[in-house]
Amino acid sequence: MRKVSLDKLDLLFSAISGAGTLYIPVDTEAGSKYEKWESGKTLSNALNTVRSAKDFFFPQTENLMDFKMEGKSIEVIDTRSECEDFVIFGVRACDVKSFEVLDRVFLADPVDSYYKNRRDHAVIVSMACTKPRETCFCGTFGIDAANPDGDVVCYKTDDMLYMDAKTEKGAKLLEKLASVTEESDDTAVNEQKKVIAERLAKLPLAELSAEAFGSGKTSVFFDAPEWKELSESCLGCGTCTFVCPTCQCYDIKDFNTGHGVKRFRCWDSCMYSEFTKMSAGQPRLTQLERFRQRFMHKLVYYPTNNDGLFSCVGCGRCLEKCPIQMNIVKVMKKLGGSIK
Amino acid sequence: MIDMKEPLIPVVGVVTDIRIDTPDVKTFRVVTPDGKKAFEHKPGQCAMLSIPGVGEAMFSITSSPTNTEFMEFSIKKCGCVTEWLHSMEVGQQITIRGPYGNAFPVDTEFAGHDMLFIAGGIGLAPLRSVINYCRHYRDRYGKIDIVYGSRSMQDLVDYQEIINEWAKDTGVNVHLTIDREQPEWDGHVGFVPNYVKELGFSTDKIAILCGPPIMIKFTLAGLQELGFDKTQVYTTMELRMKCGIGKCGRCNIGSKYVCKDGPVFRCDQIDELPDEY
Repeated sequence: MRKVSLDKLDLLFSAISGAGTLYIPVDTEAGSKYEKWESGKTLSNALNTVRSAKDFFFPQTENLMDFKMEGKSIEVIDTRSECEDFVIFGVRACDVKSFEVLDRVFLADPVDSYYKNRRDHAVIVSMACTKPRETCFCGTFGIDAANPDGDVVCYKTDDMLYMDAKTEKGAKLLEKLASVTEESDDTAVNEQKKVIAERLAKLPLAELSAEAFGSGKTSVFFDAPEWKELSESCLGCGTCTFVCPTCQCYDIKDFNTGHGVKRFRCWDSCMYSEFTKMSAGQPRLTQLERFRQRFMHKLVYYPTNNDGLFSCVGCGRCLEKCPIQMNIVKVMKKLGGSIK
Repeated sequence: MIDMKEPLIPVVGVVTDIRIDTPDVKTFRVVTPDGKKAFEHKPGQCAMLSIPGVGEAMFSITSSPTNTEFMEFSIKKCGCVTEWLHSMEVGQQITIRGPYGNAFPVDTEFAGHDMLFIAGGIGLAPLRSVINYCRHYRDRYGKIDIVYGSRSMQDLVDYQEIINEWAKDTGVNVHLTIDREQPEWDGHVGFVPNYVKELGFSTDKIAILCGPPIMIKFTLAGLQELGFDKTQVYTTMELRMKCGIGKCGRCNIGSKYVCKDGPVFRCDQIDELPDEY
């Protein structure tokens, strides 16, 4: 394990950015967000970024390819280019786990090369949480906020940052940082993990269990009468899917520039009626079906297709952002009776 | 440039022939610019066709894999992309990617069986691929019955091929029907589900259904009345799709994605899916 004094973070960031473009969470007027680090930019103290970290691998919009059109002819232009190496610093345990959820979609055969390109070039430096808050429930999905995954894991105490490599990629990065960090034992980190574990146990959602849900439970929940009441006030605004680190539905749209066509991929949302609308009909007629789809996907369909892994990481963003205060926790409580 | 193959990047296809089938259905013949098939497929599989700037949409491949020269798509005019396709002239280039989805189990479950094909309207498009596959490998299958109905005589897709080729094959029986009487029509009049019951097939067959949802529902019920089990009946489904590879998230019925787990389902498997299609 390596350590560096918190007042030397600027030196650390400078050293990391030698290994690849560095992104850190910084405080802005719009809350905490990832920005490219440059000298003078300091690490945000917020628990988490307003938007999730999924943008790094699955950006909100991206150009997939171009087309040249001439008369009756079409030329397909492959616009993909090799991504530069980059480092994401300070990713929380929940968001690190979300990468695994996304991987199982985008890296499943046939592999999405746009996603894989970015994933291959990224080093994830995660950050253990010290002050989890009342909207956090990552523990429900087996995530330990005090002990995240990642290539390098960081633990922040009052005056020190401790760094531990978890993967080969991470070890390589730490080697490059040898001149700005020093060797350390794990006493302070172990001590801190204990304190955080106690804090986590006291969170209001600490007892929330997902046990009732999971693989193969479609028939148990699909026709539940509770969906009506739960979905009644849903505005279909899609905010939950926008801030969600694991929501990965997308649309493909063309834009005619006047001298060619650019094909884009954009985030889409199962909360929108257009999402499934066909000229031949609409399988999800009302907001009830759309609302049900989102939660059934996270709690039942995705686990069914992915060895029981849930497609929620308990980051709590939807709890904070939903304009009508409806969220997955309420759905789980209502349907699963799942407060132990 | 990235060296890796990307499933979302299509290849260019050239439309070399356009056949007007019905007032709203045209069949397009597609090859690559060097005159080959864009890719090989199995009966029941689909492809994404696109006009850049207009959109991309999923269509069943109506030609049989045994056709070594070209692929065909029978397409009904009903939305933005299909309207554009209908306005095309021969020589127009489009883009094509695929094949997508599973296929009818023509070489396993279907082998050695009598086959009963039942289609309504444009529902013949995905079945034509299987029918012509079975006709090509005629000795691998028993008797073939084809029940096909449409609104009117003019709305029967592939009418010339049905009359001039299918109906003339030995061991192939074609039963056509139209919804309402027409002066120039001396064949059967009535809806497909009723016609199937009237014809009263023996239950030692594999049945394949494709057509509007309401037709599938009533025909399946009719087949069950005749004694068919749902495990003998196959159908092919359609939902909105963008990627075709189980990632964009919109064509699922429960945990199954129609684009990759389907489009072909056995009717007992459909019973296991939630009622949302």
